[in-house]
Amino acid sequence: MHEAAVAQSLIEVILQEVEQRHAKPVGATISCGELNKVNDESLSFAFEAVARDTPCEGMTLRIEHKPLQARCKPCGRVFAVDVSNPQCPDCRSEDFELLPDAPLVLDEIEFEGPDDGEG
Amino acid sequence: MEKADVGRKILSANETYALKNKQLLARHGKRCFNMISSPGSGKTSLLVRTITDIGGSLRIGVIEGDLQTDLDAERIRATHAPAIQINTDGACHLSASQVNRALDQLPVESLDMVIIENVGNLVCPSAFELGEDGKIVVLSVAEGDDKPVKYPGIFAKSKVLLVNKIDLLKGALVDFDLDRVRTDARRLNHSIEIFPVSAKTGEGMQAWYDWLKNQVHPQ
Ligand SMILES: Nc1nc2c(ncn2[C@@H]2O[C@H](COP(=O)(O)OP(=O)(O)OP(=O)(O)O)[C@@H](O)[C@H]2O)c(=O)[nH]1
Ligand SMILES: [Mg+2]
Ligand SMILES: [Zn+2]
Repeated sequence: MHEAAVAQSLIEVILQEVEQRHAKPVGATISCGELNKVNDESLSFAFEAVARDTPCEGMTLRIEHKPLQARCKPCGRVFAVDVSNPQCPDCRSEDFELLPDAPLVLDEIEFEGPDDGEG
Repeated sequence: MEKADVGRKILSANETYALKNKQLLARHGKRCFNMISSPGSGKTSLLVRTITDIGGSLRIGVIEGDLQTDLDAERIRATHAPAIQINTDGACHLSASQVNRALDQLPVESLDMVIIENVGNLVCPSAFELGEDGKIVVLSVAEGDDKPVKYPGIFAKSKVLLVNKIDLLKGALVDFDLDRVRTDARRLNHSIEIFPVSAKTGEGMQAWYDWLKNQVHPQ
């Protein structure tokens, strides 16, 4: 599964950020779109494995799933697409333009603050 | 606890190479397509037949991605088209940096088009841009007509859907509702081009050849 490749790239991006801050990272929030979605369990598992023996070891990973959005052509409404039954919730039209799917993004890193010392 | 907003794309390293590939191809004025399907849907067979039938009027070079072996590149080379094999050693998708190295080895100037046959997998390759102008998804009839609903990502992102092995529909060897596939694939992707074909008998292939030629010499 490509979650392993995603985990590897994610660690690299986090480590670049960590280097600039000199603080211990304890958590990260990432987000992905519907057409680029990752499996939470596989990604967390792969992340744990690649984080071992790096400053990222023990970090918790939160994964937000962003819905695919579309703009209805007849009525103009922007709506979250139900992929199994895509239609405008207002006018029921199936004539819509898909908006770009959310990419895989590292949104936020949580660092241990100066007061959060061990124990 | 201190929170830091980052907002960085996780696959940006891959995207950097995808952009390099796109620029390289654009500099030479070449088109590039990324062919994606489950293992065994007939990608290599389609490419071999396409290159053989089209002949010199459209010069195609191929980049082959497989976990192991260079069997597929050898099949392409038997047609006298240039082919570079990439072995991913277990990875389920091609990355843009691998394609970048392969492009260096292809005689890009003397081609009209590069087609990348991705690793057989209907999910993972669709997440990794390679610098292509478009994706071509292949679905063979023996895989079942429910695939566009089960794997919406790749069908939503593709320019073309080749429904292959339609020779198997004769004599009802497989149950496959082509109209259902058309409807389901277009539900998320209104503009996807759908060509039912057989790499074995050649049925339906002409419409696909016309589409390919039109990419290089628009009518
Ligand atoms: N009946 C029939 N068989 C086909 C057709 N196209 C391909 N095949 C057969 O399907 C099998 C797989 O074909 P390949 O061309 O190797 O498929 P592929 O998608 O390149 O396979 P991978 O690279 O391993 O993912 C072979 O046995 C082909 O002979 C077709 O149109 N009709
Ligand atoms: Mg093949
Ligand atoms: Zn509407």
